[in-house]
Parts: sequence; C-alpha cells; structure tokens
Amino acid sequence: MPNPIALDVFNREFLTMRCRLIDLAAAIDRVGRADGQVADDPRWQQLQQAIGVIASPDGNRAERVQMTFSLPYGENWRHDYEV
Amino acid sequence: MHFLDPHIHIASRTTDDLQALARAGCLVVGEPAFWMGYDRSGTNSFYDYFRQLTEWEPKRTANYGIQHYAWMGINAKEAENVAFAKEVIALLPEFLDRPNVLGIGEVGLHKNTKNEVLTLLELIDLAVKRNEQILFHTPHLADKYQGTRMILDLLRADSRIDRSRVCIDHCEEHTIRMALDEGYWAGITLYPTTKATPERAADMVEMYGPERILVNSSADWGPSDPLAVPQFMAAVRRRGHPESLVRQVVYDNPLTFFNQSVHFNFRRPD
Repeated sequence: MPNPIALDVFNREFLTMRCRLIDLAAAIDRVGRADGQVADDPRWQQLQQAIGVIASPDGNRAERVQMTFSLPYGENWRHDYEV
Repeated sequence: MHFLDPHIHIASRTTDDLQALARAGCLVVGEPAFWMGYDRSGTNSFYDYFRQLTEWEPKRTANYGIQHYAWMGINAKEAENVAFAKEVIALLPEFLDRPNVLGIGEVGLHKNTKNEVLTLLELIDLAVKRNEQILFHTPHLADKYQGTRMILDLLRADSRIDRSRVCIDHCEEHTIRMALDEGYWAGITLYPTTKATPERAADMVEMYGPERILVNSSADWGPSDPLAVPQFMAAVRRRGHPESLVRQVVYDNPLTFFNQSVHFNFRRPD
C-alpha cells in the first residue's frame, strides 16, 4: 500500500478533527456546568490521561488511548484461576 | 460491489434491514449465537434459539437473496453458570451437524472470570474434537485487552488449535496486532460508539494490511448499523485505495475464512 501524503490526509481530515475536538470540549464544559463535581471519578481521570496522549508528540495515539481505558493484564492469571 | 457481512445478528433485525442489505450488495451473512439481551431461563430457550438460527433465519434472508450461515455456542455472558453452560453445550452437536452451521461461536469472555474460562475451555475442547472452526468474542470496553490476552493464552497452550481456522473478533487498535501476529484471523466490528468506526477500521487495514482481516457490522438489538460494512467500503474508497483492496477485505477474505468450514456452500450469483 503506497504511503499517502501527510498534507492530503490532513486536508481530508481537518474539519472532522476540528468538529470532534469541539464536541469533546463542549461535553467537558457540559459536565463542568452541572451541579457537583466528578474530578475524583476514575473515568474522569482516564479522560484527562487520554487527552494527554492525544496531545503528545508520540505515535500510536489510538492504541495508547485504548490502553488508558483498559484493565491491566496479569501474566499469572492461569495460576490464580487454577486452570 | 458484492460483500459478505461475516458477523451480524439477523434475529434482531427487521425485514427492512434485510432489504437494505440486499440492495447494498450483501450476498452472505454469518450469524453467531449470542446474548439476546436477557438471560435465558433454561436450556429449552437455547434449543429454540438454535432452531431459529438454523431453520427460520435462513428462510427470512433467502427471501432477499442473502445466504445465511450460523455459528453455535453459548455466549460468555451466560457462561458464568458453569453447570447450566454444560447443559447448553450438550445441545450443540445436534446443531453443529446442520447444513448452515460454520462452527462454534461466538464464544469467549465477557468479564474475564474463572467460570467464563472454565466454560470456554469446554467449548474449545468440543471444537477441536469435532474439527470445528471457532469464532471468538472478545470482551467489551475496559475488559477487552485483558480478555483478549487471556483467550490467546488459552489457545497458545492448546497445540491442537489450527490458528488459520480461528477468528478473534471485535479487535480494536490495542488488540488487533496480537491476534494477527499469532496467526489468527482478526475481526473488526463497526459500532457507532463502543467498538471501531469505519474510519478506524480503514486505519487498521492500512497499518496491518488486508490479510486475515474481517470487517463486520455485528448489528444486533443495540445501537448498530446493518450497513456498516458498506460504510467501511466507502471510507476505504474515499482514501483513494483500489477496488481490489476493498474487495479483498469485504468479499475475498470472508469467503476464504468461511470456505474452511465443511458446511459452507457459497453459490456465487450468475
């Protein structure tokens, strides 16, 4: 598969990316305007961590965002389950 | 272009959906046995559901020119009661012999519990003893990474498994590489919010190549789109990829995977 040109991909994706970021910002504002607070909710902390992944310069952001929302895997699970 | 949807829950869909699938070019559907949205009260409910998938749904889809194949199994969500699951597993051989059944599926893990694992080991053993293909459900959301790795651990420990006849389904960005690297087929499910989108599925095809990748709608009783596979096709085309790439993923690949089942008897349209 030939590698596409970055600017072509960016031109194609820009409005969608812009829209989704504004959607995300608006949803965060919506939670913020509501009564109470969710800062201690682990899901809120996962969101903050995921936003950090998106803003980081490293690649594989989708995979790394998935991992921020994933339970850890333990190598010894078969021993723990006795199977 | 014609396509196959290798994973869709026709029992949960209307005739409008079947008509839309036919108009979009769908020739074949694969329907795994799954959780119908409620826990069944006894084995007779499973018996009737298996009859529905092997007797009634093939007739419904045939009315729209779509060939129907099924997978038999007990889903992970109802596998927690090991004794009950054993009773359901005892029903399977009768249905695995039916002419539209491709193998055992969708089976796997849900919350990754010990009881789910015990039931899954029984299902894997049955599949191997009968030389059946296997379609694995991997868990949802936070449980997916852990559960996918556990399923792969179980398979790696069983030297009888022919990996080319196994699909690890519902793969996403954090699980697809491990399924492909270990020689399995990798299914990508297109859901509006909880699995992959057509654009992300196209990304994964670009990153890992089209070999051994299956794209499906898994359309069921929840938020899902029976025309998700055509949405994926449009996403790949929009990026300027050749039709041969689209065809490989949505037509050639599922045919190759399904053809490994003794019951698959695809009738190509004239």
